[in-house]
Parts: sequence; C-alpha cells; structure tokens
Amino acid sequence: MLHIKCPHCGMRSQNEFSYGGDASVKRPELNKEITDEEWDNFVYNRKSLRGKHLELWQHLSGCRQWIKVERDTATHEIFNTYKAEEEIS
Amino acid sequence: MQKYSIFNLVKNAFSNHENWDLAWKDPTPKEEYDVVIIGGGGHGLATAYYLAKEHNITKVAIIEKGWIGGGNVGRNTTIIRSNYMHDENALFSEFGMNLWRKMSQDLNYNVMFSPRGIINLAHSDAQMNAYARRGNSMRLNGIDAVLLNREQVKEIIPMADFSENVRFPIFGGLMQPSAGTARHDAVAWGYARQADSMGVEIIQNCEVTGFDVTAGKINGIRTTRGNIKTKKVGLCVAGSTNILAEKLNMTLPIETHLLQACVSEPVKPVLDRVVTFGAGHFYISQSDKGEMVMGGDLDGYNSYAQRGNLPTLQHVLTEGIAMMPFLSKLKMLRTWGGIMDMSMDGSPIIDKTHIDGLYLNCGWCYGGFKATPASGWTFAYTIAQDRVHELNAGFSLNRFSTGHLIDEKGLGTKTWIS
Repeated sequence: MLHIKCPHCGMRSQNEFSYGGDASVKRPELNKEITDEEWDNFVYNRKSLRGKHLELWQHLSGCRQWIKVERDTATHEIFNTYKAEEEIS
Repeated sequence: MQKYSIFNLVKNAFSNHENWDLAWKDPTPKEEYDVVIIGGGGHGLATAYYLAKEHNITKVAIIEKGWIGGGNVGRNTTIIRSNYMHDENALFSEFGMNLWRKMSQDLNYNVMFSPRGIINLAHSDAQMNAYARRGNSMRLNGIDAVLLNREQVKEIIPMADFSENVRFPIFGGLMQPSAGTARHDAVAWGYARQADSMGVEIIQNCEVTGFDVTAGKINGIRTTRGNIKTKKVGLCVAGSTNILAEKLNMTLPIETHLLQACVSEPVKPVLDRVVTFGAGHFYISQSDKGEMVMGGDLDGYNSYAQRGNLPTLQHVLTEGIAMMPFLSKLKMLRTWGGIMDMSMDGSPIIDKTHIDGLYLNCGWCYGGFKATPASGWTFAYTIAQDRVHELNAGFSLNRFSTGHLIDEKGLGTKTWIS
C-alpha cells in the first residue's frame, strides 16, 4: 500500500488516488506549427524511467485535486509531493 | 543432443540418472557473433531457436542479465489463445496456435500444452452482441469460436455464481475451444535446449551496458562480461525495453507497469477451462497440481518493482469471488509480480528501427506468453531477412505516428479507460 501525502489534505492511502502518468510531458503550445514528431512525443512516447519519476495523481476520493508526486518506480519510495501548479526546481 | 524418450529414461534409471547431458552449456562470450539477442526469456530463446532452425543462422548469442526464463516467461498465468477480433492480432496468434500444437514434438520437450478452452463471460446483452461480433470475426479468420448461452455456460462451469440477485449476472460467454494452457518454464527450457544444441550460445549473468552505433549502424554491444561485435542485435527484453531504449537515445510508445498473479492452495479438480470475468479484469484456471491460478489488473502506475501491491490484488480477487464464490474459502499460496511493456494501443511491436541492424520486439502487454512461438518465429524472420514478415507487418513502430493503431480493446497503459 502506498501512502501519498496530498499537499491539500495530508497523508492518505493510495486507494483514494488515481494515477495520471508522467508529469514531465508537456502539451505542444497552441497556435504554433507542430511537427508529427512533437505530437508523437506528447501523445505516445514515454521515457518510463527506472528510479525517480515525476508523475500526476488525482486525489479522486478526496479533494479531487490533481497533484504531482516524485516517486521511485523501483522501490516505490515517495520523495516529495507538489500541488499541480507548483513549479519544481 | 540426447533425445528425451521413455527408452532413455529407463536407460538412465540404471545409472541413477547421473549421466544425463546438461540441457544447455554455460559458455563465455566470444568476440563476435552474427546475431546477438538481448534477453533470455521466452521470446529471446524462441527467436534464437528459429534463427537457427528456419534461417540457418547459428553464430548467435543470447545475452541474459539474470538467468534464462527468470522474467515474465516464468511469471505469467500460462494462458494460450487467439481470440482476437482484429486481423493483425488474430492471424498472428492463430499462426502461433499451430506452433503450440506441435511444440512438444518439435522441441522434444514436454511443454504440457493443454487445449482446454477459454470462456470469456458476458454479463449483459450488449456484451453478448459484442462477443457475437468478435466470434464471427474469429471464425472468418479460421479460428474456432462458440457463443454460449447462460445454460450452456452453467453446464461447463457450474461452480460460477448463477444465482438471480447478483450484481453481474452471467448472460453467456464466448468460448475458444482450442485455447488452453502450457507449462511456462518448460517452454523456455525447451527452446533453450534446442537452440543450444544447434550452436546458439546462451550467456547468462551478463548485463548489457551500452551499444556501439556509428553512422546509424549497429557494430556491437557492451556488456558486463566484455564487448561483443555484431552487425545485428535483437531486443527481447519486455519490462526493461525502456531502460535499453534510453541507452540508444530512443523514446518508445511504451510504459513499464507491474502485473500480478497468484495461486491458491491446491484443491481437487474443479475447473477444467480457462475462464475470464467479463465485468472487470480477472482470469482463472486450475493447474495440474490443483492450484487455482489467477490474475487480473495492472497495479496501475509505472513500476519496475517486480513485486505487487496488495490493494490491486484485493480488487482482482474481489472480482474472482463475485464470479466464483467458492474461491473465498481458499487460502492463498503464492503471489508474485512481473513487469510488462505496456504499449499505448495494447498491441505489440516487432519491427526494424531507424538504426541499421537493430531490431525491436516489445510491447507485449498482458499477452506475451501465448505469443512466444509466433513472436520468435516472426522476429527471427525479420532479423534474418532484414524485413518484416506479413504476420508482423501490422506490429510496426511507426503505426503510432501514422495512425494505424491496433486497438483491440484500446487497452494499453491507461487501464481506467476500459
């Protein structure tokens, strides 16, 4: 069982969350010429890192906010959690 | 190579079975090979076997980080089927079914192929319609499919819950009578033994640390046991594809996820089919030892852990108990996890790449085990001929950019869509 610290609600069990995938993926900017490659990278291609992975989760059965979680994909250790709009240095 | 037969068994009994040949050797890596297959799992071993058998390429090495058969070929629920709707998947899998049927004889190794049939349960009229459509598509592709009504299902699996007031009543099901199971480890060992006997070198405890690529061509690989020169490299490392892709500066339409399975304590024979729950993701069969073999959903987030998390297991088994209530009385014997290449459309990739001499076999999602022979056969063809076979032409890497997705269920990494 993962325990995820929601930045809005505090420590909760993974059962309250749903997973949203890689948080480092950025949608190509609107009203700009987009190559097929850029579009592919946004829609399909993923690094799927082994180790530290920044990912989106939604606190679905809680405050319903999307949050960012920094987790190790091999050990499941959670290093930090952030609000969705928070800039990460 | 010593033939495995009843006569040899009796003969060796007189010497207390101490004089059997080793099933495969343990060579040190040579400087150069014609083809290097990375990954000594089912698909890698099968690929090497068919390279030697069908294409006469025997200067082949299989490079395995751990021990052969220690990954997903030893961690699956042993189900073999070809009940697909789309031509690409259906024709590929049915080609594989024909290889499964003669595999024990072909490999001189008993893989315990048991064509006991698979039943996908339907729990609504709409689902019955969808199964009728899928069954018709299967039959058009020469695959056996039978649509069963509620009474017929009840006759075959009376232990399922047929009471009136259940959340997901059984309306009927789609059966592929020729589907079944096989002894998964035997598949890996059988391929390894035959490949070894034809000259393929199986190199274990050898991790690939990098690739030598110059001017868009592959020239060799770097490993923990030295550098190896080769003009052709085949990647068969489901679960670790992204790790090796990173070393090649490639980003693939794949995420690595964890899938769990479990077995109950052994009980007397009760279930002689493979059955899947239609209102969720749960499948079950009974092993020859009597254990109920069960599996279902992904853990749901990127994982390389090779060990599962209990909330998913609880969710999956809740579905199982809804389908067959007697399961709640059984004790759990073992649970385990394997890491899957989850492709974005739920279908695999067997293709060439933009690097000359680098071939890719990945993205097997939930269905890697049953694909073992067909995957090995088509991948060997692709490597040997430097072009894809018509059977794996649809499993191209660029289908994601061109829009030719094979969305059998559209089930890739995003399981919540189902």
